[in-house]
Amino acid sequence: MEKFEFVEMTIPAKAEYIGVIRLSLSGIANRMGFSYENIEDLKIAISEAITNAVTHAYEKDEKGEIQIGFGIYEDRLEVMVADRGISFDVEEVRKKAGPYKRSKPVEDLQEGGFGLFLIDALMDKVEIHDHSGIIIIMTKYINEAEVGLDGDQISTTS
Amino acid sequence: MNLEITLTEEGNQSIIALAGEIDAYTVTNLKETFDSVTKKEGQEVIVDLEHVTYMDSTGLGVFIGALKSTKESDSELKLVNIQDRVYRLFQITGLDEIMDVKAAIRGGNE
Repeated sequence: MEKFEFVEMTIPAKAEYIGVIRLSLSGIANRMGFSYENIEDLKIAISEAITNAVTHAYEKDEKGEIQIGFGIYEDRLEVMVADRGISFDVEEVRKKAGPYKRSKPVEDLQEGGFGLFLIDALMDKVEIHDHSGIIIIMTKYINEAEVGLDGDQISTTS
Repeated sequence: MNLEITLTEEGNQSIIALAGEIDAYTVTNLKETFDSVTKKEGQEVIVDLEHVTYMDSTGLGVFIGALKSTKESDSELKLVNIQDRVYRLFQITGLDEIMDVKAAIRGGNE
């Protein structure tokens, strides 16, 4: 089996902790040798995943936790974000996610919904599992050239 | 990990200068600031993002909200001095095509 190291953190499902995780991620990615640009991409991707968990997973005033795992491999970083909250319809969200299209009037623009699209655009590989709660696993390679604007496919399992 | 918001109002012009990080936590205050200026009729709302070092989709969401709100009140929204990394988000999402966004001037001779 491929050797890797694992760092795990648990945070309360609150927006004020997103910045804390960004800092931790920055430290890990920097130590692994990621470029400045790639670290910025990673920071956005992990923030989007945690923001999703904070806003969708738990009812208002419900206390929840979010687990974050960093799988540190020689050539890549695997970031896992998991909540045990209410699941959302991954397929439905994917259909709505995407870049702005000129044909759509400004009034119809969604104020949310770019999160998953950005994760997909900024990471090399994204998997979403929906069992009891949502688990997002996203991978970025250290030496991968800048990811194309259309990104890769998101794979989903339920 | 904070966002500093400085609002300067002069006649029909509102300048909102931002410094720091825009994420799900800091965006709440920004939303309130926008609510207070974008609903006024015939305003020019200029957002200076020169000192914004980090932004994610929650920031994009607030700017979309502000754009809608300024349109409804016959006002204008302009985002200026955006750093490369932040500007990239507008490009990836295609929002640079519907919003008045200007990147930070590089070099100084332009």
